[in-house]
Amino acid sequence: MSEIIEPIDKLEPIEDIGGVAQPLLRVDGLTKHFPVRGAWFGAAKTVRAVDDVSFSIAKGETVGIVGESGCGKSTTARLLMHLMPRNAGDIIYDGRQVGRELSLRELRRGMQMVFQDSYASLNPRLTIEESIAFGPKVHGMADAASRHLARELLGKVGLRPENFANRYPHEISGGQRQRVNIARALALSPRLVILDEAVSALDKSVEAQVLNLLVDLKREFGLTYLFISHDLNVVRYISDRVLVMYLGEVVELGPVDSVWDQPAHPYTQALLAAMPSSDPDNRTQVPPISGDPPNPIDPPAGCRFHTRCPFAEPLCGGATPKLTELDGLGHQAACYMAIPGSGHSRAPAARDLHSEAPALS
Amino acid sequence: MSAITELALQAAPAGPARGYWATVGRRVVRDKVSIACAVILLAIFLSALLAPWLGLADPYHGSMIRRLKPIGTTNYPLGTDELGRDMLARLIYGGRLSLLIGILPVILAFMIGTSLGLIAGYVGGKVNTAIMRTIDVFYAFPSVLLAIAISGALGAGITNSIVSLTVVFMPQITRVAESVTTGVRNMDFVEAARASGADAFTIMRVHMLGNVLGPIFVYATGLISVSMILAAGLSFLGLGTKPPEPEWGLMLNTLRTAIYVNPWVAALPGAMIFAVSICFNLLSDGMRSAMDIRN
Repeated sequence: MSEIIEPIDKLEPIEDIGGVAQPLLRVDGLTKHFPVRGAWFGAAKTVRAVDDVSFSIAKGETVGIVGESGCGKSTTARLLMHLMPRNAGDIIYDGRQVGRELSLRELRRGMQMVFQDSYASLNPRLTIEESIAFGPKVHGMADAASRHLARELLGKVGLRPENFANRYPHEISGGQRQRVNIARALALSPRLVILDEAVSALDKSVEAQVLNLLVDLKREFGLTYLFISHDLNVVRYISDRVLVMYLGEVVELGPVDSVWDQPAHPYTQALLAAMPSSDPDNRTQVPPISGDPPNPIDPPAGCRFHTRCPFAEPLCGGATPKLTELDGLGHQAACYMAIPGSGHSRAPAARDLHSEAPALS
Repeated sequence: MSAITELALQAAPAGPARGYWATVGRRVVRDKVSIACAVILLAIFLSALLAPWLGLADPYHGSMIRRLKPIGTTNYPLGTDELGRDMLARLIYGGRLSLLIGILPVILAFMIGTSLGLIAGYVGGKVNTAIMRTIDVFYAFPSVLLAIAISGALGAGITNSIVSLTVVFMPQITRVAESVTTGVRNMDFVEAARASGADAFTIMRVHMLGNVLGPIFVYATGLISVSMILAAGLSFLGLGTKPPEPEWGLMLNTLRTAIYVNPWVAALPGAMIFAVSICFNLLSDGMRSAMDIRN
């Protein structure tokens, strides 16, 4: 690329190739292992941060990822953004495999990310306008046009450009900063936005405003969201489908209402039971799950949850249960209790695919 | 480098550079101490630069009958040195070499060290190991010894002094630059810049440099006074400036024997070194707080 390209005034979004039927993002067998230095001359160990994670995101939907700290949510986000190399797995954006049919540079325009820490994710030395305009400029937009775009986007995220464009990140509030980060992500006209705990650090009232802004922006720009959070209420509010992760693996996924109303995996059940209730007469008295997650350096064999699972049977420590379709509507769980004829005492009878998930709690 | 990047490079300076540095400039001007130091330094610089046109006495012309006159003697407002030469003229002329030897090595080391440290800190991994372990080799020697060894190997002379002092300061600045860069590199805004598709050079220029320059700059200005003292040491050993050349460090050394006879005159070159280095230190402090626009 030696020819000089004229500065452009507008960034066209990456074109829609496969139509509505084709998932915007397909992730297949995504795996990330971090090497851990052991003792001297000791065997090298690895943390299995993300282990064989597969899912897809349809165009225009919002997929939530939930799980406790250290379950691999943020690592998944960074792997999807290609901010760190992965050990294995394919990432296919709108039918095009990243790295082959779709260049990394194009992917950056098609997929953007909003980070949790609104302050650390803005350069303290740049004004808000400059921060938003940086991405478009990198992709060849002229200086004036990119600044114009930045001001326009500030308006879209509810910040008056004349008041905010020339401010520095430390001069504005956390909620306003996260709005700036959203504007910065939108500056490249992405079709998929990854929100990695994007509202978790905000006050409840501000969080609600930003969530509503996200909903509005999604409608206006036709966006698709991957929404990562540990806040189950927020995930239910915003998501169409949800993935539950535990120790680097997806243990359950499906439409958010179906997962919330009929959780099939005991970990999901425990997570939902641990949700604080806003009703003081309905407090959680007994912790639904005890102990810490096992060390991801040496995850338990078989089902990774069996060490904490109240229903564990010898079977669970053997082979790892596979994600299995429960109802034909996309609700899947990786638990022997949900797999018909698996041999677990609570498993439904074989070939009874349409039975309800066993009532456990 | 891709054409798009080059474009971004052309487009950028008008944006980030002006906005940030204009703000810093305004804040420095508001700081009275910084302004006072800047004025004193400017006066010393200008007088050194314009010395031949200031109507001063010949700094090389001595007289045995007028040795070590005290401050305030007629025709010799700052007295005379151990060879009867006019101290005022020698101090002003001495500024030329002293400032050159004090500042030039630090500027050179600042440029080389910042680049090396930025690359080591941003790229990380094997590149970091290669650069930083090489730097560690220089750290194995005390800086004075290293300066003497390099000057001795290259031979006496001002150019060689400057080269050897640059080599002495470069590892220190590299190390500071590397540690500051490593800290900034892990910030989310650098990740966000990578996620926007910018290449390493653009990220270093737009997002890293402004955030690492402050601490390195402050550290480097502190080295100017050290550089002047080391240069004086080299001169004393016959490796730097040679008599009768006026240079503050060398003058301090030659006047050292007169400290009991005429202490005020003997202290004058030291006072000059002190004034210049404290002005640089205060100015760099002022710059640092001005660059920290969060406050």
